[in-house]
Amino acid sequence: MNFNATLIGQSITFIVFVWFCMKFIWPPIMHALDERRKKIADGLAASERGKHEQELAEERATAILREAKDRAGEIIVRAEKRAGEIVDEAKVDARSEGERLLTAARAEIDQEINRAREDLRGRVVSIALAGAGKVLEREVDQHAHDELLNKLAAEI
Amino acid sequence: MATEPLTASGYIKHHLTNLTFGKFPEGHEHAGHWGYAHSAADAQAMGFWAINVDSMLFSAGLGILFLWLFRKAAKTATTDVPGGWQNFVEWIVEFIDTSVRGSFSAKNDMVAPLALTLFVWIFLMNLMDLIAVDHIPWLASLLGVSHLKIVPSTDPNITFGLALPVFFLVLYYSVKIKGLGGFLGELAFHPFPKWMAPVNLLLEGVTLIARPLSHSLRLFGNMYAGEMIFILIALMYGGGVALGAFGGLLQLGWAIFHILIITLQAFIFMTLTIVYLDMAHQESH
Repeated sequence: MNFNATLIGQSITFIVFVWFCMKFIWPPIMHALDERRKKIADGLAASERGKHEQELAEERATAILREAKDRAGEIIVRAEKRAGEIVDEAKVDARSEGERLLTAARAEIDQEINRAREDLRGRVVSIALAGAGKVLEREVDQHAHDELLNKLAAEI
Repeated sequence: MATEPLTASGYIKHHLTNLTFGKFPEGHEHAGHWGYAHSAADAQAMGFWAINVDSMLFSAGLGILFLWLFRKAAKTATTDVPGGWQNFVEWIVEFIDTSVRGSFSAKNDMVAPLALTLFVWIFLMNLMDLIAVDHIPWLASLLGVSHLKIVPSTDPNITFGLALPVFFLVLYYSVKIKGLGGFLGELAFHPFPKWMAPVNLLLEGVTLIARPLSHSLRLFGNMYAGEMIFILIALMYGGGVALGAFGGLLQLGWAIFHILIITLQAFIFMTLTIVYLDMAHQESH
């Protein structure tokens, strides 16, 4: 163990190495580390913000859904009401239409009855004439009995 | 190896001798010439103006390896997902940063890079201890290199070469932050009242001087002892199959335990540096 100039050589080497490390190694690495730390912190903050935004969006979605449901219910109620009204209106219309048809039918029936009656009356007259002819066995003077026959026909 | 007899003590001595380059002193057969020392005694005789080539080369080489590897990560450092190596580097950098933030309360941009350099560099130097003691010196001997110590931190020159600049930094910042008067006052007026200033100065002076000494000798001592145990275990390989196998087992166990030591010593050296510099920045006294 003897001391010699190695001591000085080592000291100079040491100082040079520390200088180099201080100048070219430590700052870039620390800079990168700091930058990455910042980047990670930003990333975490962004993810936190994203989560928060998602929560907000979910809330908004729920609100919209609820509103939509409410409105749908409202629309259904209104539609049901309207349907009821339509049915009622239809009932009223149908009733009046039915009555109208009924009256028309009745009128027609009356007409038919009258017509049949007239027809019948004519036929009865001719039958009566034929019958009377047979009974009398002679030609009945058409003109002489016209007045009588008409009276008979009117009676029937 | 060829110049020394192959004995146990010769083997150990050989392993503990640096490859020293210097001027041979008067009275030596190569007196006045520059060259590599042939033995520990030669190295001793060369005096201060000699250099341990192996320590310097391995120390600087490992330091450059550290700077190169980390510079590579620093250049490609992005905020994207880090790759494997970058991730590892960032992990170490964050670890150092946490340590510095924990122990160093003042603001000084130099402390953290200093701590990083010390930690990784010392760790790499200590790591050389895990390479089997004979391999690289044997390779070197094929190239004609007589002595080679591959663990720079077992050379006190290296550990003092780290601790002394730290000590001067402590002195510099003490004076810069507290002023010369403040610093001297801190030495003279504690722990006893002012009228006992000489006693205080003595006590605090010893404390101050003891710091770089203990700082460097702790690292040196641990690594030297660890290296010595590896050498002693390596000696067993020459003692037959049974002893050799036992030695292999011991070496494995010691190497695994040593992984803990080398990391711990690097960490302790770094932490003490941070603490000393922090004390230099404290103005509270």
